[in-house]
Amino acid sequence: MSKTLAEKILGSKVPGVQAGDIAVVNLDLVFCQDTTGPLVVRQFQESGFTRVARPKNAIFFLDHAAPSPSKELSNDHILLHQFAQETGCMIAREGDGVCHQLVAEIFAKPGDIIIGSDSHTVTAGALCAFATGMGSSDVAIGLALGKTWFRVPESFLINLEGSFPPGVTGKDLILHLIGKMGADGATYKALEFSGGALEQMTMPQRLSISNMAVEAGAKVGLFPSDEVTREFLKEHGREKGYKSVSADAGANYEEIYSINLGYIEPMVSFPHTVDNVFPVTAAKGIKIQQVFIGTCTNGRLEDLAVAAGVLKGKKSHPETRLLVCPASRKILMDAIGLGYIGTFIEAGAVILPPGCAACLGLHQGVLGDGESCLSTANRNFKGRMGNPESFIYLASPATAAASAITGEITDPREIL
Amino acid sequence: MKTLKGKAIKAGDNISTDHIIPGKYAHLRSNLPELAKHAMEDAIPDFASRVEEGDFLIGGKNFGLGSSREHAPIVIKMSGISAILTRSVARIFYRNAINQGIPVLICDTDAISDGDELEVNLDEGTVTNLTGGSRISFNKVPLFMLTILEEGGLIPYIKKHKDFVIPANQNPGFSEGK
Ligand code: SF4
Repeated sequence: MSKTLAEKILGSKVPGVQAGDIAVVNLDLVFCQDTTGPLVVRQFQESGFTRVARPKNAIFFLDHAAPSPSKELSNDHILLHQFAQETGCMIAREGDGVCHQLVAEIFAKPGDIIIGSDSHTVTAGALCAFATGMGSSDVAIGLALGKTWFRVPESFLINLEGSFPPGVTGKDLILHLIGKMGADGATYKALEFSGGALEQMTMPQRLSISNMAVEAGAKVGLFPSDEVTREFLKEHGREKGYKSVSADAGANYEEIYSINLGYIEPMVSFPHTVDNVFPVTAAKGIKIQQVFIGTCTNGRLEDLAVAAGVLKGKKSHPETRLLVCPASRKILMDAIGLGYIGTFIEAGAVILPPGCAACLGLHQGVLGDGESCLSTANRNFKGRMGNPESFIYLASPATAAASAITGEITDPREIL
Repeated sequence: MKTLKGKAIKAGDNISTDHIIPGKYAHLRSNLPELAKHAMEDAIPDFASRVEEGDFLIGGKNFGLGSSREHAPIVIKMSGISAILTRSVARIFYRNAINQGIPVLICDTDAISDGDELEVNLDEGTVTNLTGGSRISFNKVPLFMLTILEEGGLIPYIKKHKDFVIPANQNPGFSEGK
């Protein structure tokens, strides 16, 4: 029987499973971040476990609140350090970067099964890993037993042809798709991307697309592995981890979407739901007090290159704060080397240490009453950036950089 | 026969985990009783003063979308809510709620108004609106998850079984609530 990509990956661990079955599978990576990790640790201990099944396949990241803005969160970091020491799990350092970027750089490879205590764990689907976010009970048990259960999801095929017009990127595509599907349009499904456009689609773009699969409710957002995957692994010294995994021709898809990238425009998601998406022309002129370029969605080198290209030799608007946060230490180093960070600083930006920064409203860019932010992140829920009286618009790095100059939401095609 | 009785507290469509427990309270996450005081505050500002033991939280479309923070179902449970009734639910939240031993019942919630007295029969899969007089049925929780729910959540389940035990008759044909 022809298999979807989801059935293929899970089937390589539990032969013969198909959509609808329950599969109990061994995990190639279990990870936690610092705001959900402490509960994972407590639940692990509460269950009476003392040993992590495979500590070499388990890591804690300090990214959401690092360095910590409060004593409570500092104590949570201490708890995570103690647990890592006792169990032999790995722990990343403050400033290493956002968990999902580090998983992509260091761990994820085609065919892996990954769970993380963070909903954007789906990001690693770009590397053809079956990666999904879970709550702390599931992750605690995943650490203890080295396995978890999945219901094998049905799949939607997203067939991509053509190429992006200038000023349009993967972020615009995924916003467009979420607008079309709705925030619950793919609940419980696997999104599987395929088609002739993939050849041209870089890994950073794929990561940003897979990252937001969860915003349509999906369980995973999968790309087949190909030369782009192999190149990315090679760049990160992991070419040996490459293997070719793709869906079978004639696999059974519950829904099929066909999109020609040539028709996608720069898109903006309006407050307060991610599926509230319109072309940037509909947002033109909306005043913004903050622009945030970063996060596990769009804080990669390619994103910073686009933003630096727009901002070079220019100043950000005096009434608009510009915050830039590279997604990892490596990206920060590369961006320094390539002069992007200098460009941002000259443009008036604040450079934030690699991590989640302003994304979840804990620190480093909390919005004031009535303020609006244009962010390259993935969520614009009410209160997300720390204040229910503020407004979040989501867009691509190109749109964000163009808007930082004018102080209002701006079509990047006018500047390019 | 297991029945639950309480009043409905209506929350509406697209209640995200940021509504249920905003990220700005992350510093309280290791102090759950304190965190629970802020449950639902960005969606229903007077929730804390209205909720009573046994009440039902009524969602609409896509309840619980957003982050994987299990603190969301935990604070709902700690506030006294006995079950969540909603038209549809986000995947991670659904699994987290069951893992915490809170029933999430998928049904048409349009006929339920804020403050209605409800009686939920978990075995029959019905909700009787004692105020409005209507009766609606809900999708039963899938069998494997029902076992986890009935045993009080995932941690008690694993303490008891030491592993995932999936009886053959529960697989395939299993479907998780949409
Ligand atoms: S950058 Fe934002 S969305 Fe990504 S992991 Fe951090 S808080 Fe979550």
